[in-house]
Amino acid sequence: MRTLIFRTIAPYLSALMVLYSIFVLLRGHNEPGGGFIGGLIAASALAIFGIACGVAAVRRALKVHPMSLAGFGLFIGTLAGVYSLFTKQPFMTSQWWPVTIFDVEIKLSTPLIFDIGVYFVVVGAIASIALALEERESD
Amino acid sequence: MAGPISSAKVDYSAAMNLAPVAAGDWLVVAPVLISLVGGAVCLMTRKNTQAQPKLAMIFLALLVAANLGLLVRVLDKGVITMVMGGWLPPFGIAFTADALGATLSLVASIVAFCAGLYGAVTVDGTGRRYGYYPFLVLLMAGVCGAFLTGDIFNLYVWFEVLLIASFGLIILGNDRPQLDGAVKYGVLNLIGTNLFLIGTGMIYGVFGTLNMADIAAKISELDNAASGTLLTIGVLYFLAFAMKAAAFPVNFWLPASYHTPNIVVSAVFAGLLTKVGVYALIRIFVLIMPESRDYMADLIAVVAIATMITGVLGALAQTEVRRVFGYLVIAGIGSMLAGLAVGSNLAISGAIFYAVHSILVMTALYMAAGVMHRMGGSYDMRELGGLYGANPAFAGVFLILAFAVSGLPPFSGFWPKVMLVDAAMSDGRGWLAFAILLSGFLTTLAVGRVWIYAFWRGGPEGTPDGTAVAASGGTISIGSSALWLPIGILTAMIVYFGLQPEVMFDLSARGALGVIEPLGYVRSVFGDAP
Amino acid sequence: METGLAIVIGLFFAVSVYLMLSKQLVRMLLGIAILGNSVNMSIFLNGRLTREVPPVIPQGLLVPTEVTANPLPQALVLTAIVISFSFFAFLLVLAFRAYQEVGTDDVNEMRVAEPENDPLPPQGY
Repeated sequence: MRTLIFRTIAPYLSALMVLYSIFVLLRGHNEPGGGFIGGLIAASALAIFGIACGVAAVRRALKVHPMSLAGFGLFIGTLAGVYSLFTKQPFMTSQWWPVTIFDVEIKLSTPLIFDIGVYFVVVGAIASIALALEERESD
Repeated sequence: MAGPISSAKVDYSAAMNLAPVAAGDWLVVAPVLISLVGGAVCLMTRKNTQAQPKLAMIFLALLVAANLGLLVRVLDKGVITMVMGGWLPPFGIAFTADALGATLSLVASIVAFCAGLYGAVTVDGTGRRYGYYPFLVLLMAGVCGAFLTGDIFNLYVWFEVLLIASFGLIILGNDRPQLDGAVKYGVLNLIGTNLFLIGTGMIYGVFGTLNMADIAAKISELDNAASGTLLTIGVLYFLAFAMKAAAFPVNFWLPASYHTPNIVVSAVFAGLLTKVGVYALIRIFVLIMPESRDYMADLIAVVAIATMITGVLGALAQTEVRRVFGYLVIAGIGSMLAGLAVGSNLAISGAIFYAVHSILVMTALYMAAGVMHRMGGSYDMRELGGLYGANPAFAGVFLILAFAVSGLPPFSGFWPKVMLVDAAMSDGRGWLAFAILLSGFLTTLAVGRVWIYAFWRGGPEGTPDGTAVAASGGTISIGSSALWLPIGILTAMIVYFGLQPEVMFDLSARGALGVIEPLGYVRSVFGDAP
Repeated sequence: METGLAIVIGLFFAVSVYLMLSKQLVRMLLGIAILGNSVNMSIFLNGRLTREVPPVIPQGLLVPTEVTANPLPQALVLTAIVISFSFFAFLLVLAFRAYQEVGTDDVNEMRVAEPENDPLPPQGY
């Protein structure tokens, strides 16, 4: 798989896919998309990078272990539900903070935070499984 | 945007719960929340093997405290419910804590706390980096979630959470036998959850709801509550949860896998996982589908007897101590199923009490096996011996555990067996009572043999009797309090429940009443309106 | 429509049971993957099928104007797909590791955890 063409293209392709995955994640509130799909796209980006340049390169690029990413996602996903404790509402009740920037209304909310959490959980879990599989293949 | 909806003008009260929620009601979700946050934090700090046990122990202690608070509140105020996201039931996912769920959740968290302590000694740096503590805490999220949820599909989700975490635990260390055991464990459990999911889909097709209280209310209004569809669902559920609980004939995965992982992981599994299956059986068959249970009572009784007898016979045929205990877990499951088969108030109370007892005693036995391994250098009773001479106090503790698991007085195993035998006799199922007593007798033989071989005789096979210390070079210096404290806590609870069973009588009777008379459960979810 | 889908689900179940009865681990895993799909389809079918009307509420309204497809089974199926997908990924890794370590994917020969010639327990005291 490590042809010259693939190895040259893979970093750009991966970067593009990660960017697209963030687009899909943020778009997910009112249109098709969301944390799970976005996370899968990002994880496949990492997998492609791993196939082309080796697992070690991916781990270096990630800085943290993928499972730590998953832990972080789980953490903020859970905390997003806890916020409603302070507003005397049941667990996971959504809170909305609409902000207007340059005449565009952006609805910041706990579901958004939760979705970002899902994104990280999926990226972390799937990437660590994919990397584990690729690592075995090379030896 | 054409006419945006402003939330101020719209009346949401038909779909959402707008009343403020008391902070105390958050106790219903607190166990799950604490374990999820704790698991996440432990996952992020996985590499820091020194700080991790302390962090995890803080979260596990919080978990015990939250479960204790929840149980006190449930006993004080009755069943409490919180519906996620503020939606009204049955639209939102409900978490409903009754006496049964809260009791089991508390006992489970105590066991997890003990396992956290014990694991600080037996799980080395590699095991911690592989994620022993994160998975243990996340396992508790699944276990507590399963005990406290009030929604069948959500029950499925929590089952999967605990299954994923248990996968992580069972392959901790990646030994050959572990991978072998994990394959069997994983495949069988995945098939079991798929069967559970089929039943859940059919429940939704019949009732159009997945909320347990809603189904319980709707099924009692049904004319033909034992129709073919519902019986099919009942049989599917029974098979699925019997797989989880390791009942005969789908019990073979348990002795094939439970002895492979680190001993503390075996202890947690033996204590908790099968009991979640039993809990689900009680919840589904007594609360939701009592007619199916009545119809299937004889089948359940036969399964219960077969489970008890195969369990103890399997235990008698093993030389490996951990596998002996693995089969004893199965025998205990049979006793709980016997309670489900009889189905009277006393029988269900007995099954609940037995579940609590079994959680405590099976965990303690596996932990004791770990200590035996550290003292004698082996799990095989042929190669063990002379442990009484090495440490008489530990031999005494093991004897207490052996008595308790066989159901001998004055320990915690005695009372639930009395209740179950009494219930079976008054239901006219003398043979069921006989099977319970027979399995108790054979259990005594199996653990008695472990005691005689590992503790009482002078030394391992081949050495002349009278050598006080095992010759296999095992270390006797196990003065670490982190090993003794968990075994001590569990043994103290076993002795306490044996001498003062009133606490458990009361708890299990309230738990049983809560599922046999679902009115309180339904009202907690839907309010006092019928 | 429902009948047709029911027949397809039945076929899926048959295939998955056949594969799961195989001795080879990889085939069993394929069977489990197909089992998951058939279960998901049966949940979908249990929510009743409604064609061509997506469950989307028009802008400015609070309730849909006509009978729409049932969104709940879709949510359930999505959850189930996610879970069974991650399980399947995990089991694949596990099976591969087991194959490397044990050296066979024939489950009859995977006897590391339960050795075949286990000695009988001591008969006397």
